[in-house]
Amino acid sequence: MNTQIIFILLSLMAIGSAVMMLASKNPVKSILWLIVVFFAISGHYILLNAQFLAVVNIIVYAGAIMVLFLFVVMLMNLNAETEPVKNYRLQFIGVISGGSLLLILLTFLMRTPVAQPVQMKVGESGLIGKLGMTLFQNYVLPFEISSVLFLSAMVGAVIIGKRN
Amino acid sequence: MTTTFLLIDLPMILEKFVLILVVVMASLGIAMYTTFAERKVAAILQDRRGPNRAGPFGILQPLADGMKLFFKEEIIPNFSSKALFVLGPGLAMLTAIMTSAVIPWGDKVHFFNRDISLQIADINIGILYIFGVLSLGVYGIMIGSWASNNKFSLLGGLRAASQIISYELAMGISLIALLMITGTLSLKEMVVQQQNGYWNVVLQPLGFLIFLICSFAECNRTPFDLPEAENELIGGYHTEYSSMKLGFYLFSEYINMFISSVVMSTLFFGGYDVPFFDEAAHADWGNWLALIGIAALMFKAVCFIFLFMWVRWTIPRFRYDQLMHLGWRILIPLALFNMLVTGGVILYFFNK
Repeated sequence: MNTQIIFILLSLMAIGSAVMMLASKNPVKSILWLIVVFFAISGHYILLNAQFLAVVNIIVYAGAIMVLFLFVVMLMNLNAETEPVKNYRLQFIGVISGGSLLLILLTFLMRTPVAQPVQMKVGESGLIGKLGMTLFQNYVLPFEISSVLFLSAMVGAVIIGKRN
Repeated sequence: MTTTFLLIDLPMILEKFVLILVVVMASLGIAMYTTFAERKVAAILQDRRGPNRAGPFGILQPLADGMKLFFKEEIIPNFSSKALFVLGPGLAMLTAIMTSAVIPWGDKVHFFNRDISLQIADINIGILYIFGVLSLGVYGIMIGSWASNNKFSLLGGLRAASQIISYELAMGISLIALLMITGTLSLKEMVVQQQNGYWNVVLQPLGFLIFLICSFAECNRTPFDLPEAENELIGGYHTEYSSMKLGFYLFSEYINMFISSVVMSTLFFGGYDVPFFDEAAHADWGNWLALIGIAALMFKAVCFIFLFMWVRWTIPRFRYDQLMHLGWRILIPLALFNMLVTGGVILYFFNK
């Protein structure tokens, strides 16, 4: 019962701040609302007893990536006056592509069978010891390959940065 | 467990509430007197007397400072986002205090037939939680500096953000070596391990040195106080702030200093462990034992705070390129080297 109340509150928080993120005119405020969304999602992870994921979500997304976003937006100094002129054709294309994405998502969501309801507070799969064991025993190869992918992305970023 | 609060357990909630209240109040009180100590230490190092008018030996000086800040006129600049301008110092204070939740302040005490653990939340990812809160600390400064609508403030905020991000990396890598040795992320367990074995500073001297330097940078303390370099940026990120909002920014720096002193004592200097003293043999001392533990932790923290001040009044500020050079070219490779050596030693000698 208690977990359900917390779940509903967190979901309302996530959806509400996601809407606020889209609705706010000022890009800096949009980013701040996005950070609130990340916090709500971390709250969901904690409800699922996945504390490691919750904290890593905050460290990586809220702590690092969003700071870089803020950096860029603050330096570009986007104000209401400097907002680019809106092109109606672009808006039209945007609405159509966004709508079709929503349609695809909805179709697949409808088709998926309802699995057993999410279990709160139980299960150890999200705790760090279990997660580490699984990652380094059952999924070593994908894990290493993804780290190589990250490394190549980093090298690519450095090369692009060095050229200028 | 973090989810314990979901169960209806009134004594538990009450106990945690009292503990949170005590810890927050104590942190604020200690940070208050740290400002006083800073001025006294500066005075001693510069052969002056320091504040000595308010009360005996100037002991009421922090109260006078606080009153002065409260009674000053509050100015919110035009053309700035008012909500964000107020949010900035609030966030700075919040993130400064939030870290205290996972620190084990002492062993259990026994009151009203209940064993009360002197740690607000013994979560199994304690050290990662500290990192998470630390990485959020930059928002208070960035939001405040942007909302000020002042170029110097914004420059200070950007400096703070890039500095904190850069030094977080080296700090994290130096901690990985420590985590390899302890094999746990829970601060409580780390302290217990250090009580039964060596302090981690003996096993990880290089890691401790890197961690120490990085925590100076994270707290924006001299020689890393570029975000508020007075002679380059007027006042840095809090140029436009006045009254208690400025006070909160300055005050959060002292809370950060206190908390990071406590974290360093816990991670590397045994936390509430008293050296050369077997706690398990004196279990019958009960609450007094816990009190001795708290006193030991506080003593270690005060030593670190003194180190922070000593360095501030001894070493001049870095130049910005020197700061980045130290962070990226020296500390990160050094931390990686430390991590590799630690991993190699564990693999070669202690392979279970």
